[in-house]
Amino acid sequence: MSYTKRLDKRKFDELRPIKAEVGIIPNADGSALFAFGKTIAIAAVYGPKPLHPQHMQEPDRGIIRCNYNMLPFSVTERAKPGPSRRSKEISMVTANALSSVVDLTRFPGTVIDVDILILQANASTRCAGINAAAMALAHAGVVMKEMVSSVSIGKIDDKIVADITKEEEDYHEGEGPTDIPFTLTSRTKEIVHLQLDGKIQTHRFAEAVECAKNACDKILDYQMRALKGEKINENE
Amino acid sequence: MQLPNINKKRIITLLKEGKRLDQRKPYDIRDITIETGVSINAEGTSRVKIGKSEVIVGVKMDVQTPYTDHEDEGTMVTSMEFSPVAGERYEAGPPQMDSIEIARVVDRGIRESGFIDWKKLCIKSGEKVWSILIDIYCINDDGNILDASAIGAVAALKVAKFPVYNEETGKVKYGEFTENSLPLTEHLPITMSFYKIGDKLLFDPTRDEEDASEARITLSVSLFKKEKAINSMQKGGITSIKLNEMDEIIKESEKLYDILLPKIEKQIKAIKK
Amino acid sequence: MITEENNMEIEENIESDSKQERKLVIPGETIISGEEYLPGDFTRKEGNDIIANRYGLAEVSGRVIRIIPISGVFEPRRGNTVIGRVEDINFSGWMIDIGGPYSSFLPVSECPRFINRNDLAEFSGIGDVLSLKVAGVKKSGIDLTLKSRGLGVLEGGRIIKINPHKVPRIIGKEGSMINLIKDSTKTEITVGQNGFIWIRGELDGEEKAIQAINLIVEESTSSGLTEKIENFLMGERK
Repeated sequence: MSYTKRLDKRKFDELRPIKAEVGIIPNADGSALFAFGKTIAIAAVYGPKPLHPQHMQEPDRGIIRCNYNMLPFSVTERAKPGPSRRSKEISMVTANALSSVVDLTRFPGTVIDVDILILQANASTRCAGINAAAMALAHAGVVMKEMVSSVSIGKIDDKIVADITKEEEDYHEGEGPTDIPFTLTSRTKEIVHLQLDGKIQTHRFAEAVECAKNACDKILDYQMRALKGEKINENE
Repeated sequence: MQLPNINKKRIITLLKEGKRLDQRKPYDIRDITIETGVSINAEGTSRVKIGKSEVIVGVKMDVQTPYTDHEDEGTMVTSMEFSPVAGERYEAGPPQMDSIEIARVVDRGIRESGFIDWKKLCIKSGEKVWSILIDIYCINDDGNILDASAIGAVAALKVAKFPVYNEETGKVKYGEFTENSLPLTEHLPITMSFYKIGDKLLFDPTRDEEDASEARITLSVSLFKKEKAINSMQKGGITSIKLNEMDEIIKESEKLYDILLPKIEKQIKAIKK
Repeated sequence: MITEENNMEIEENIESDSKQERKLVIPGETIISGEEYLPGDFTRKEGNDIIANRYGLAEVSGRVIRIIPISGVFEPRRGNTVIGRVEDINFSGWMIDIGGPYSSFLPVSECPRFINRNDLAEFSGIGDVLSLKVAGVKKSGIDLTLKSRGLGVLEGGRIIKINPHKVPRIIGKEGSMINLIKDSTKTEITVGQNGFIWIRGELDGEEKAIQAINLIVEESTSSGLTEKIENFLMGERK
């Protein structure tokens, strides 16, 4: 049985209901929440501030230090608290994605701490985290040439879809599931984060890219509206 | 910026006149809001705000072998962390002393109060019992996280539902929930922390007030045969508490219990999971 | 304390506040398009587009398009008055926290009084706060000085922190706003450009001054702000 209709009845290029808001953590220099349906991420930015110990400093630039973590109860089977290899990897790809749009030469020897916490998980957690982090960085007044937007593109059986759910990740009929998280810059549409898990024919990759571009355009609009003061909650 | 000396002195001067930086009186509480069902993959969750302080608490359940000296009783483990999002002073890393203390004090307040009927968590004596795992996360620290954590834990327990359990295979079906609540008594245990700054006491400190304080007494109170009883206590901080200060604390805790209990009960009444 | 060198900037910002076209923009957003426009603060030009390099209020009047930050770190300039807390002391001076991305240092040589070099803490110890001036901004950090009138250790009173981008509003045109607050509440007030403000007076006066300042921060973009503050200070507590 091939994947002709999505499990949650969405169109192939349709995102889940989005929640987006800034300013949710009073202590932070910048903060935001971003949710794809049941996947909820919050991000807080502290900095730029002097980086200690001094030997970690770069002489001509600052660094972005990202910490991605999930609440143990954000998933159905409790995840042991503390960093895992997975969360460390996600922290790294997130920091790399954000570093490509932030002007790090502005404050040498400093660090911008980007802390991401997943409150509830149903796939695409790293993408929700990156979207929240980008909003939080902008909200914090960090100098950046453009925004970044992130989405998980999937090939479920032979269908290219936007914003996959956990149920779709577990769909093993036909060609099975392939998860391709993308993060694109807002103006130039360049790739600053890309991973892939599964199998996709080489001639079909361009379709996935096209789907990502369209999805990221939509996501950018939500990020912009939230930064301009809207409290978006399509779940209501 | 860490607390400047002159701000600490100002806090003490104001307290001498029964005043605080935010115009509260020494035993006034900030606004408390409690939401439940904030993270749906868990058996029970809550989000508590006291002023700008905010914690999220989750209850997960598992089936385990019981302790050998309590063969027919369920078990409970409480953990607490300050997420790095909560404040500039919190960096990623293993739980520090303050979060370990909060976890253990919150745990004792619940455990000793008889709030949970441990025997009703027994599935098969000596072999299988339910285990409750409480995870507390602070996501914004403006003081008094200990009390906020305790309220959050009680609220999450109150709305928690057992997951589906297959007796034959002995496996829990996570993500599927029953309609059954945890075996809890009616009366909520209330944890209250009193902080000493200079030689004055106050309740529900902001972050600055907590930084300015040098000693703390936390007590957990519940009803025992219709009387208020103290189930657990903990002294924190590096300076001493005088005996007459202890008297004042116990007196105030009785008053505050009567104020806090209805406030908290009313808000938990939303039986969303 | 209003310092001369900040006057121009303050005036500009106040003038513009109520009149010019301002819109909130996000990084990467095209503010306006046209050959005649020039990229000012926190913007860049690509082709004919003027693009935002920062979240803030884009000011679209005249040919130069700039962004007025509403969030983000305080970037000190030579001559700024700042308030800082002593973090540490070494043999040649004090490490001061003035917020923001820089480490700041006050060398003994920049103190006007005779200081006991064997006991710097006697002059100012860890946790003390001072009002200082920025003597220089280097890649390695900020150099501070006390060699100017009215600077020094701040005794008594308390420090509050506000968004540094609101400081011009707190000071007002030629200091009109801050003087209004000082006179009305009978307090001494020193405003640091870095967003830290020191207030000293009777407890009630300090309280009222802080409320007035918080009100300005909240309502900074509304019109008729001066009147609102006057009413607040003259009338009963809100």
